[in-house]
Amino acid sequence: MAQSSALPAEQYNYDIVRKFTIMAMVWAVLGMSVGVYIASELAWPFLNFDIPQLTFGRLRPVHTTLVIFGFGGSALFATSYYVVQRTCQARLAFPWVAEFTFWGWTGGVALGALSYVSGITQGREYAEFEWPLDIAITLVWVSYFAVYVETIRRRSQPHIYVANWFYLAFIVAVALLHIFNNLAVPISLTKSYSLFSGVQDAMTQWWYGHNAVGFFLTAAFLGMMYYFVPKQAGRPVYSYRLSIIHFWALIFLYMWAGGHHLHWTSLPDWVSTLAATFSIILLMPSWGGMINGIMTLSGAWDKLRSDPIMLFLITSLSFYGMSTFEGPLMSLKSVNALSHYTDWTIGHVHSGALGWVALVSFGSFYHLIPRLWEKKMYSQTLIYVHFWLATIGIVLYITSMWVAGIGQGLMLRSFDDYGNLAYTFIETVEFMHTPYVWRALGGAFFVSGVLVMVYNMAMTLRAARREQADVEAKLAAKLAKA
Amino acid sequence: MRHEHIETNSGLMLLLILVVISIGGLVEIVPLFYINETIEKVDGVRPYTPLELRGRDIYVREGCYLCHSQQIRPFRDEWLRYGHYSLAAESQYDHPFQWGSKRTGPDLARLGGKYSNQWHVQHLKAPRSVVPQSIMPNYPWLLNTELDTSDVADRMRALRATGVPYSVTQAEYEANVKKFGEAVAVQLDISKARDSLFNQARERDFDGLPGQITEMEALVAYLQVLGTMVDFTKYDEGYFATFR
Repeated sequence: MAQSSALPAEQYNYDIVRKFTIMAMVWAVLGMSVGVYIASELAWPFLNFDIPQLTFGRLRPVHTTLVIFGFGGSALFATSYYVVQRTCQARLAFPWVAEFTFWGWTGGVALGALSYVSGITQGREYAEFEWPLDIAITLVWVSYFAVYVETIRRRSQPHIYVANWFYLAFIVAVALLHIFNNLAVPISLTKSYSLFSGVQDAMTQWWYGHNAVGFFLTAAFLGMMYYFVPKQAGRPVYSYRLSIIHFWALIFLYMWAGGHHLHWTSLPDWVSTLAATFSIILLMPSWGGMINGIMTLSGAWDKLRSDPIMLFLITSLSFYGMSTFEGPLMSLKSVNALSHYTDWTIGHVHSGALGWVALVSFGSFYHLIPRLWEKKMYSQTLIYVHFWLATIGIVLYITSMWVAGIGQGLMLRSFDDYGNLAYTFIETVEFMHTPYVWRALGGAFFVSGVLVMVYNMAMTLRAARREQADVEAKLAAKLAKA
Repeated sequence: MRHEHIETNSGLMLLLILVVISIGGLVEIVPLFYINETIEKVDGVRPYTPLELRGRDIYVREGCYLCHSQQIRPFRDEWLRYGHYSLAAESQYDHPFQWGSKRTGPDLARLGGKYSNQWHVQHLKAPRSVVPQSIMPNYPWLLNTELDTSDVADRMRALRATGVPYSVTQAEYEANVKKFGEAVAVQLDISKARDSLFNQARERDFDGLPGQITEMEALVAYLQVLGTMVDFTKYDEGYFATFR
């Protein structure tokens, strides 16, 4: 590889970006396939096969962890390492520490998934990692922080570009959330009890859980958006002022909103009311980001017709706008009374996770891959195919979950003429079978889109490698002659 | 201050980010540990016995909380379907809490005593044999797996470190006798943990396999105690509302 380091692109450390990009796609395929599998278990329970490791209860954390931390996390590592170098015009600091973040993160996610199927779990949603993995993840995160901040400190630009504000807030907030939510007393390597209990534990967990969404799946991906949308559109960010206001408002407000996951529970009303209030205000900075992203395209709208990458990016922002409208709606206590505990919540999460997080990542990767491997994407048509498979998948997913969730919510609260419950619980389960089948189908569409992307990417990488081999062969021939 | 100062100074930006993101949690979580009304004053709620505790560990291990909530809300349909709404006091010894976020199956907060032990064993082994439309996985291995009781005292010690009143000293034991009565206090004594576990299993035989202590035994013991600790006939409705 002596020649490749002579290429002008290697002014920056792209090796680490390539590694994380490839792993992000590996996790996407694995995590989303597990998602389709557990969705099918809910439609056809025989798929649990009486095998402990395959039951829904053990596989569900595998799905969420592989997708959020595996796919989402690796996509964020990849893009943040790329963006921070490009916007600071500085090479990534501490290359060995950056290398450690790759192996540490990848190993942590893999071990986490293996531990869940073996029944090792903290029993906290989205924080199921037991304490040894929590400590390992903390070390990786501190290293990530060090690499990121030091690279910013070495910038050759006086200003820190807006994308980096979001990535920074994400790194700091996730550290804070991860540490406080995982305080526990261990009894062995594989089991611990959380330090808090009951209502305090619930509030801590949803302060974490909601901000895993707010910072891991939102703020950080806004950072991604702030680099790749203007780059791909070839236009500056729509409004600098708006980006300042919505950045500070977003990171301030998100931290208050977690209590809306606990409406009508034993959580005191004052917390739940505060959380609802802040959730509604949160609509404004959320839409601030969406508007800033979409309007960046103003004057270049024709790109939506000619550039499939732009299609990914703008559609992701539209889903972001939709799910950040739906979120405040569901945080209203009266709406939440119906939606909570139902599949409406699952649908809402997926309109954000598939529609926003995954699409913006795919769009960014399609922009990134040709630059990382210095080779045009193998097929433009396949990017379109991916886009439509993904979009159809998302629409099937969220509409079936609206039907299942709102349907179940309405059935559970309906009474007959004598004031008795109109339906038993199991009748709602029966009702949900059809939407569950559609949901699994939607997931299958989405995964097949990802497989198309993997194929497209593999062909691109293969062509890049062949070209590289040709160059090397020619060079060797020349040297031999001389 | 102009924003330019912040965006040209990474240290200042980091500091401000840390301040801005800390406020929400500080205002909403910290007071929950100090405001007395957060947890209702109510009699009867006690820590789990060693056998119930092991059952709860299995409940957590199998990820039951991903489909079953343990939190009844104050609505008429939930009252009719599940019973009295959940109190914060009822999960005060739950590390971690298992309120859940999704009801793919029904709420379990007041499951205790609603069905027989035999029903639970059959239902866990093969849910569709008692509820044909159920989509719950079968858990047959619970009945074939012997319960590991070797570290139950360690588990209680860890919970004691978090504040659960399992007793080590004589003074702690006596405090438990006063608070929960002697029959319960004995079971909360860490030095007698395994004996208490065996005794409860022998007396109640939750899994229907006399002489054997399976994981099923522990899980059913746990399910049968859920939501049964508070005697709601002793309180009028207005009383609990004063805490909300």
